[in-house]
Amino acid sequence: MNYQYVVQRLLLALVVVLGITFVVFMIMQIVPGDPARVILGPYASEESVAGLRARLGLDRPFLEQYLVWLSKAVRGDFGQSLLNSQDIAPQLRGRIGPSFELAMVSLVIGLVIAFPIGIISALKPGSAIDIIATIFSQIGVSVPSFWMGILLIIVFSLNLDLLPPSGYTPIWEDAGDWLAHIILPAFTAGFVSASIQTRFIRSAMLDVLNANYVQTARAKGLTERTVIMRHALRNALINIVTIIGLQITALFSGIVIVEVVFSWPGLGRLAFNAVEERDYPLLQGTVLVIAIMVTMVNLFVDLLYFLLDPRIEYA
Amino acid sequence: MESPGLISIRKEATDAPLGPANTLWRDAFRRLLRHRLAMFGALVLFVVVVMGIFGPAITPYDPNGMDFADRFATPSFEHWMGTDDFGRDIFSRIILGARVSLMVGFIAVSVATVVGTGLGLMAGYSTRVTDEVIMRAMDVLYAFPPILLAIAIMAALGKGIGNAMIAIGIVYIPIFARIARGAVLGIRNEEFIIAAKAMGAGDIRILLTHVLPNVLSPIIVEITLSLAFAILAEAALSFFGFGTQPPDPSWGRMLSEGRAFFRQSGWMGVFPGLAIFFTVMGFNFLGDGLRDALDPKLRR
Repeated sequence: MNYQYVVQRLLLALVVVLGITFVVFMIMQIVPGDPARVILGPYASEESVAGLRARLGLDRPFLEQYLVWLSKAVRGDFGQSLLNSQDIAPQLRGRIGPSFELAMVSLVIGLVIAFPIGIISALKPGSAIDIIATIFSQIGVSVPSFWMGILLIIVFSLNLDLLPPSGYTPIWEDAGDWLAHIILPAFTAGFVSASIQTRFIRSAMLDVLNANYVQTARAKGLTERTVIMRHALRNALINIVTIIGLQITALFSGIVIVEVVFSWPGLGRLAFNAVEERDYPLLQGTVLVIAIMVTMVNLFVDLLYFLLDPRIEYA
Repeated sequence: MESPGLISIRKEATDAPLGPANTLWRDAFRRLLRHRLAMFGALVLFVVVVMGIFGPAITPYDPNGMDFADRFATPSFEHWMGTDDFGRDIFSRIILGARVSLMVGFIAVSVATVVGTGLGLMAGYSTRVTDEVIMRAMDVLYAFPPILLAIAIMAALGKGIGNAMIAIGIVYIPIFARIARGAVLGIRNEEFIIAAKAMGAGDIRILLTHVLPNVLSPIIVEITLSLAFAILAEAALSFFGFGTQPPDPSWGRMLSEGRAFFRQSGWMGVFPGLAIFFTVMGFNFLGDGLRDALDPKLRR
């Protein structure tokens, strides 16, 4: 196996994470004027502005500020929220679980929709079902997820009274209630992700269906079912795994929106609240954790890809 | 296996007379005209662009004019899309909202295209070190979920439509950089580039007159598809209150302002959402059609 690839991929992830910390740190640096003044508003006294400036370390040189912030962040210390003066790290920890659950359920819903549609339309390219699948995937990427979320709430929560419109119950407290709360937000995020994945699965399947080994399998007289399940789909899966990896960033983008619409107590909603309250340290902590989560999932998928297809080399 | 696209080009190539009229771009344009979904997208976009350009001149009512006697009016011949909680005509507000969506979309994507393509050309054409630095920086930007990065940038820069354009533009820079770099790497050792170098052309001249025209088609496709994403992003930012500020109507803001009334007055939620949906779909259809038309080898 080519372990050089693994080492290079790990190094790249490290560089990206370091870059992420820099970008996140820059959030407060690009605030026009004095961030302490922006946070406290125009009527705050000079003393309190100077106090906050010192508390945030804004009176120190740029590089020193970054290194101090970074060395604390590495140890999981993101400082205190400006709003409630509580440590940020425990607030973040409580939000990771719900966000991760929502992401995974959305991904599964997306794949459950995308797999059959993608495969069937690849088996019959140009057919009516293929055209319908193409239009479906185009519609899916064009629907604003916040709009779809609201419409689902109106129909399934307010009018039909089938599912709760917002909120969250931990799975270990009441699994049924957890499921009832996660269906609408996960379906909203999953629907968009399904429409993108349908196209990729179709295209990955089309590639392998035309390959020589699939024709050989057919020529051997295997049933069409065996040809598709054992020969085509297995090989297409390698490409599909990569595509799911690429989708993770977009999926999390959708989840940020969905969390706000459904009042889901995840990182996305915390980031949104931090922006509303101009709580820059809280925003920095939240954005940092989300970006690192996304990078780690991407790393995991890339390494998984390497295991599935040892021919891969670092490009 | 040969795709139908290839067959049709070969046929065209043998049928069409040779000469300057039979250019690559003209062929692509002809293929685009035959692409039904792309033409549907173009038609939708034509309507939206007309709304955007002529906005205030073609609205049946004053988009900000309130009429408290006529609040929550259902869609009728008088008010095609009904009225909102202030008695404002929703159809008129949607027409005016087209301008905001298109403007934010075009400016944001222009920022991303110019900066991203420039960085990508530089990365692909210059030394290994420059390439590594630029592309790792792009990897970093790419690691952030787009909407989250846009919200974070807006949190720092402040609310407003101008900052929304900058934020959305920055988010899409890495996509253009990657596409431009990939395309440059594909052609940097081609004979016509080596010939230009041998004739003493400078790097910038080579990039602008020889490399850029050859990487244009994937970039045009990406511009169209990015416009779809940019309009969705603007709608989301405005929906969350970060983008367009009152009293300018924007489709995203119309949805957030009317949210409390959707159950009783469904039209307040349906029409602005449909406006966003159809515009985004128009760009997606056109972008896909352009991809098929400009690169027939990819067509399936």
